[in-house]
Amino acid sequence: MKNRILALIMMVLPAPVLAAGGGIHLDEANIDPTNIQSMQRGARLFVNYCLSCHSAALMRYERIGKDLGIDERLVAENLMFTGGKVGDLMTVATAPDDAKEWFGTVPPDLSVIARSRGVDWLYTYMRSFYRDDSRIIGVNNLTFPDVGMPHVLWQLQGWQEPVITTVKDHDGTERKVVELELVEPGKLTPKEYDRAIRDLVNFLDYMGEPAKYERRSLGVKVIMFLLAFLVVAYLMKKDFWKDIH
Amino acid sequence: MGEKFKTGVMGWIDARFPLSKMWNEHLAEYYAPKNFNFWYYFGSLALLVLVLQIITGIWLTMNYKPDAGLAFNSVEYIMRDVNWGWLIRYMHSTGASFFFIVVYLHMFRGLLYGSFKKPRELIWIFGMIIYVCLMAEAFMGYLLPWGQMSYWGAQVIISLFGAIPGIGDALALWIRAFHVIALPIILLAMVVLHILALHEVGSNNPDGVEIKKHKDANGIPVDGIPFHPYYSVKDIVGVIVFLIFFSIVVFFMPEMGGWFLEKDNFVPADPLKTPEHIVPLWYFTPFYAILRAVPDKFLGVVAMGGAIVVLFFLPWLDRSPVKSIRYRGSAYKVALGIFVVSFVALGYLGTQPATPVMTNFARLFSLLYFGFFVALLFLHKFEKTKPVPDRVTSK
Repeated sequence: MKNRILALIMMVLPAPVLAAGGGIHLDEANIDPTNIQSMQRGARLFVNYCLSCHSAALMRYERIGKDLGIDERLVAENLMFTGGKVGDLMTVATAPDDAKEWFGTVPPDLSVIARSRGVDWLYTYMRSFYRDDSRIIGVNNLTFPDVGMPHVLWQLQGWQEPVITTVKDHDGTERKVVELELVEPGKLTPKEYDRAIRDLVNFLDYMGEPAKYERRSLGVKVIMFLLAFLVVAYLMKKDFWKDIH
Repeated sequence: MGEKFKTGVMGWIDARFPLSKMWNEHLAEYYAPKNFNFWYYFGSLALLVLVLQIITGIWLTMNYKPDAGLAFNSVEYIMRDVNWGWLIRYMHSTGASFFFIVVYLHMFRGLLYGSFKKPRELIWIFGMIIYVCLMAEAFMGYLLPWGQMSYWGAQVIISLFGAIPGIGDALALWIRAFHVIALPIILLAMVVLHILALHEVGSNNPDGVEIKKHKDANGIPVDGIPFHPYYSVKDIVGVIVFLIFFSIVVFFMPEMGGWFLEKDNFVPADPLKTPEHIVPLWYFTPFYAILRAVPDKFLGVVAMGGAIVVLFFLPWLDRSPVKSIRYRGSAYKVALGIFVVSFVALGYLGTQPATPVMTNFARLFSLLYFGFFVALLFLHKFEKTKPVPDRVTSK
């Protein structure tokens, strides 16, 4: 009997799902969703660097202000560059047809990107651009080869170039390992750049599900209530059943 | 209880509608065996999930937009701008998976204690119709957010049944109509038939003996106890334990690591971009694995359909006179064990890319899955059953 129950439990338990992209080593983003300051810095990076091409059209400026503790005046002054109302959605001015002509594809909306790509992928992707003169845009990316997106944050990170080394596996087969090396420093040190990307990913993760914080705090209360109710219900059942043998 | 209903409001109603009669027939004077165990919680839990799905579904319908161009954004609108929208949506999406968990356990109970056997064949058939409706309901519901997996999952299924033209606006429309109106009506009707048939013949129990064989002077089964209040208070305990597990998923892991809400479904449907792995949701994967195990596409569809259809005939395939696994021979125990392992293994294989090794495993487990039903035809000839007690045993 126990084995059968175990088998059924195994049936419904989740197994780790392969990350999108397959095969590429992803660095852990280690974001801290309780760190409001990190998300605020991420929001600033997002509106300055991402929002000119990518929309976040499911998100309202007002909601960011409310959730991240930024008052409406500051939201209007620091996050909104094209006017409009704080209740507006974070749309983008670039026409899709123009974007298609410039980048070969329309830059995707980033509202729920953290939920489809995962935070580790985003963190790795934003740190793996490298110089590639064989491409028209002069840039390539290890995580997303031949991506249409240029290295928007090059001023912050500087430029990386690939270094290819050949290593021998323990079974004797040789394989090539590509690593990126910073050849031209940017305004930020590598450590500062990693932190900036972590902030940005933290913000993207928040934006993917703004209700996440509320969800967890409500969940604790609901489960506490159910546990208390369970005690009462169990005692009631025991009392009703005491004469059944 | 019946006495005081004769005057006042209840008296007035009872003279016009059999309210007290129904209450007594189905609850207060419905005598259920007193020896129900753990496995007997899942029937009432399935009813609970059905109610949850209908209520949350009604509220989702209020803000969902059935249009290929608007559906994805309207779901996110519910998640962000509708008050408590995220909770309603997660309850509904988690409820879909929990529905299958509960129903699979409920069906397994039937296999353990022979609840599908005479005189309960119709209960089993109604139950199977509910299961098939549920699969159609879940499939169509998963299309509604119109993400990549909604779209490409639909492509896979639709390609199975030949070319149904008009992917896009029209599909989004009719699927919503089936999901929110047609199928729930059939589902509810079947649940009513399932329960009416059950209450006509009476519940089976872990000993597989008929409690109606031994009645006292008043015609009440000696081993029966009124469903209400005994099982209503017992089921409340089950409901709370269930809701605790349910809440853990809804509030702390609504995506369930990609099993309940797939990552790719957070990307709007794009007919020009095929996702790397198209995987149906977990509750379909055993049948998906059978489909892929057969080299020929048409025969694959036949095998997949057959895997479901064969379950309908279970009451006539299993010929052993003994119902409960407690008194059946080891042959049935082994066969059932292999069947459960095959089903779980097929479920796992259905989530994996179809490499040659995996496909061969899928073939093996498909054969074992169908082998179970073939074995049932002959099993009773060798099976050494134990004597079945006359009355239910306690514990």
